[in-house]
Formats: sequence, C-alpha cells, structure tokens
Amino acid sequence: MKAAVLRFPGSNCDQDAHLALRELGVDVDYIWHKDTSVAGSDLIVVPGGFSYGDYLRCGAIARFSPIMPAVKDAAKNGALVIGICNGFQILCEAHLLPGALIRNRDLHFICEHVRLRVENYETPWTNDAVTGTVLRIPIAHGEGGYTADAATLKDLNRNRQILLRYCDARGAVTPEANPNGSLENIAGICNATRNVFGLMPHPERACDARLGSADGRAIFVSALAHLGVKAAA
Amino acid sequence: MKAKVIVLPKQSILDPQGVAVRDAVQHHGLPAVKSARVGKVIELELDGAFSEDQLHEVCRDLLSNPVIEDYHLSVEN
Repeated sequence: MKAAVLRFPGSNCDQDAHLALRELGVDVDYIWHKDTSVAGSDLIVVPGGFSYGDYLRCGAIARFSPIMPAVKDAAKNGALVIGICNGFQILCEAHLLPGALIRNRDLHFICEHVRLRVENYETPWTNDAVTGTVLRIPIAHGEGGYTADAATLKDLNRNRQILLRYCDARGAVTPEANPNGSLENIAGICNATRNVFGLMPHPERACDARLGSADGRAIFVSALAHLGVKAAA
Repeated sequence: MKAKVIVLPKQSILDPQGVAVRDAVQHHGLPAVKSARVGKVIELELDGAFSEDQLHEVCRDLLSNPVIEDYHLSVEN
C-alpha cells in the first residue's frame, strides 16, 4: 500500500497530511504538481492551502496542473482520492466531485473546531465510524459554502454520497450548527463510486489528542482498512 | 484585439458579497438598490489567430465555473 500527498504552489497542509499518515504506519511520498504520474499510489491526498494563491477561483488553476490527468486516471481505476479544504475545491473544479464551494455566508474566514455527523458509514472513508457518530474536527476556510443545483443535490441524497454534515454537540443538524452556509449543512461528499471524497474540515489536524482531537483518525483509519491495511496504534 | 469577459454569480446562487454590498449601498442612502451581485472582469489582449469558439471554451473551462457562475464575452477591435 502506497500513499501520496500532492503539493501545489501554495499548499500548506501537505506536511500535516504526510505526518498524519506516517503516524498511522503508512508509506507516504510527496508528489509535486508538475509530475505527471502518481506512481501507483493507492491513496492520494489533495491537501489544503491556497494553491496558486486562490487566483481566479479556489482550485481553478490547480485543476489544470500537469499531475491532474494522472489523478483522474487513478480515480477512474479505483484509487482512493481525498481532497481536504482547498483539495475539496480542486476536486470540484476538476469535476471529480459535483457542485462547488463559494464564499462563506458571513464572508469571514472561519478557523474553529466544528462537529460533524457521519451520515453513511458504508464507504471507504467512514467504515471505522457508525452512522450518527459525531466527530470534532477543525475547519479553516473562507470559501467553504457547498452549493449544487437541485438535481445534483437530489442525486447526492439518493445515492447517500453525503458523508458528513455540520451538526451540534448532540448530533442534530441545525441551521445554527452550519458555520458557512453550506446547502443542507454539507461538510463532505463522495463520488458515485465512493472512492473520491472531498471535505472542508481538516481531519489531518485532528489525529493527535494532544492537539485537541484525534477524531480525524477515523477517516484515515477507514481508508486504510478499505485498502486492507491495519493502521498503527 | 481585446476581449472582455464578465463573470457573475448565477442568479440562483447565494452571493454573500452582493448582499453585503447591497446592504452597504442602502445604508449609504440609496434604498432604491434592491440587489447587487459582485463578480469580476477579465481583459484579454489577443495577437494572432483565434476563434470566438476558442474564447468561449476558455470562458467555460477556466475563466468561469458554470456550476456557480455565468459569463458574458465581448470582443473589441
């Protein structure tokens, strides 16, 4: 099992993602955005940050990086691809995930721990949790409002592709628990085949209890279990 | 040759910047303004062969995101 963390100019969560995976015992490499091969990686992380300074739109320019055709091919062939924050924006721009992320409802950059309800545990990304589990994971974004047209939203719900919703401490999905104005409190979605996952919260920043929460481990442990690897304790 | 591309959020998409601008304009003393949308203008200078179809392709694929934005292209001599 091999994992890779992509690096774009402006990525700034690449080292956190690399460390989180390494701590779980994973063999992980960095891949520069100008490379054209993902080198047989089974798990690809598109990390957070501000690729290309967020010029034009978040993720709009990274989408055309030389590495992206290889990421698309890998996704088509079943590799696990996770886009975190700016990575989520990039995957939407690249049409690997439906919808788009827009400015937060209140225009502020928000950096805080939020609570997320796991909506579907039968996926490569959430099998270590149970449906209804509440995870406490930080967000840090200015453009995290998930939006999609009505038909897309209906498909996402029908196919159970919505994996995480912002919720309160008791797991209730309420308007008050929605930090950024995302449609239906959506914090993370996967594609129809479930191997591509995008989320605005940062699980890689919540993998060590000494940093305030280790709830993010559930995401990576799930992915490793799906790939037949037991995470290091 | 110059091309100008105007990109605006779709009517159906919440535009928090537009709402903030509208509120500020109303507060400034112009309650007649009922809505505002904030987008961007991209000017392209062109030299050499190109077709309007190519420009539209760039507008669709890169300069705007059709999920959330509409664009208007005008080419000036």
